[in-house]
Amino acid sequence: MNQSPLPVEKVPSGIEGLDHITKGGLPAARSTLVAGTAGSAKTIFAAQFLAGGIAKLGETGVFVTFEEPPADIRKNMKGFGWAIEAWEAEGKWTFVDASPDPSLAAMPTGQYDLGALIARIEHAVRKTGAKRVVLDSLGSVFSQHGETALIRHELFRTASALRKMGVTSVITAERMEDYGPIARYGIEEFVADNVIILRNVLEEEKRRRTVEILKFRGTEHSKGEYPFTVTNDGLVAIPLSAIELKQRSSMLRVTSGITMLDEMCGGGFFRDSIVLISGATGTGKTLSVAHFINGAAQRREKCLLLAFEESREQLIRNATGWGMDYESMEKAGLLKVVCEYPEVKGLEDHLIAIKHQIEEFKPARIAIDSMSALERVGSLKSFREFVVGLTSFIKHQEVTGLFTSTTPTLMGGTSITEAHVSTITDSIILLRYVEIYGEMRRGLTVLKMRGSKHVKEIREFNIDETGMHIGKAFRNVSGILGGFTTQLAQSEVERIGKLFE
Amino acid sequence: MAKYQFRLFIAGQLGNSLTAIANIKALGSQLLRGEYTLEIIDVLERPELADRERVTVTPTLIKDAPLPVRRLIGDLSHTPRVLAGLSLSAEEQARTK
Repeated sequence: MNQSPLPVEKVPSGIEGLDHITKGGLPAARSTLVAGTAGSAKTIFAAQFLAGGIAKLGETGVFVTFEEPPADIRKNMKGFGWAIEAWEAEGKWTFVDASPDPSLAAMPTGQYDLGALIARIEHAVRKTGAKRVVLDSLGSVFSQHGETALIRHELFRTASALRKMGVTSVITAERMEDYGPIARYGIEEFVADNVIILRNVLEEEKRRRTVEILKFRGTEHSKGEYPFTVTNDGLVAIPLSAIELKQRSSMLRVTSGITMLDEMCGGGFFRDSIVLISGATGTGKTLSVAHFINGAAQRREKCLLLAFEESREQLIRNATGWGMDYESMEKAGLLKVVCEYPEVKGLEDHLIAIKHQIEEFKPARIAIDSMSALERVGSLKSFREFVVGLTSFIKHQEVTGLFTSTTPTLMGGTSITEAHVSTITDSIILLRYVEIYGEMRRGLTVLKMRGSKHVKEIREFNIDETGMHIGKAFRNVSGILGGFTTQLAQSEVERIGKLFE
Repeated sequence: MAKYQFRLFIAGQLGNSLTAIANIKALGSQLLRGEYTLEIIDVLERPELADRERVTVTPTLIKDAPLPVRRLIGDLSHTPRVLAGLSLSAEEQARTK
């Protein structure tokens, strides 16, 4: 007895990222309940399901509204670029209006059922050949007609009518709280074979939206909560752990833009790798980024720079000070500088925006200066998800990534970024201040270089008008990384003689 | 032209539908002395009419005349509510006895 049931066919949900989590989309010819608290984007989910069907697959849809009048839905969804009115004119989108209207208030005088509603839905589906149906929302049916055994029975009848018609449907339902009973009236989940929960939770004073596939009868899906966000194009889910770790890692090397650093790394960075540069303020992180960009430009490779700490003018001026001309690189189409305040949007939105930038510009390299500036935008959990989501996306694109991280203390120290990023990154380079006999110098070391030999010394470097120059290793000095340098006792002559051998 | 004009939306010819038809006909002959017209619309055959009037439940009775237009839902078996909902005159209501 090892007969597996017929695989459940799935249809694209129209929601970017969600089909990764659902492993293919929503189960075809079945009902999926989408439950969430007020403001959890249920109606957008439902409308996007129809819009996606129309725009991407040419499947017509029927929107049954029990709550907002069609005029409001048309207006509210316009912002996502869905031309509902035009689709209605072409017979691709049909409203079945069951929204409450005070002028149609009716006196109940005995037994009744939802026969007219079901007949109207069937009529709309038949007339337009619809493949997708949305019911928004079940709670409003109860608030219009009372929560009676009769209405429960009628909802079952509606759901079974949908099943008989062979349409794929999304039914929305209200929840009172983000963690509690699946839906308000406790019966909604029995109406549908599949349940998706949308949450909108306040976490460390920040709103965090997540989507969870609670139940997909007889078919596979990813478990747990995944972040999602509402963009100008509608909902976008971020399928973190659903992303398969199948990045091809190549042995191809690319230059860091600094010859000596390439040597220290055993011949440059790997092309599909993520490099983290960590250091206190002023140690030369932004300069390292500039060399990275310059190195790419000299090899006619495109680079995307996302700057979260400095303005465009500052960046260009600083680069000019090191003899690098960002403006002419941009004119040549080899560089795109995007400057933004981290606080302008949530991390999920940053992630989506960065993905779009990469897809649009198609860079061979991407630099983020700095990653730690984004730490304060979201909760720790969101930040970790952001980093994981971004790194896996970058690796899929076969792009070399350079992230910088600012340490909170001048000497030594690590940041939250390092704690979350270091295990994901392939290489880590530390930039540190080194205090020697009352003088501040700068040291650089390659802490980690996955899959390659590398120089393990801490080397001194200088910065001048042509950029960064890496010199010899510090000798007779220890404790640099910890931030407490101690010089080994020896005669002054010996010290000077041997310090930078 | 009859004083009262009704449209009754039903779904199929069973149960609630038949009760509602019997009730409105009894009311028409007893209280309105036959001064009414009744159009019975089966939504299974004419769903577009239900759509136009935004009828979601069946049976639904719409009184188009005299104004104001009134709507009653259900099988019309709760007589006091039917009378109140249709706002018949005192004289007409007195005919119940």
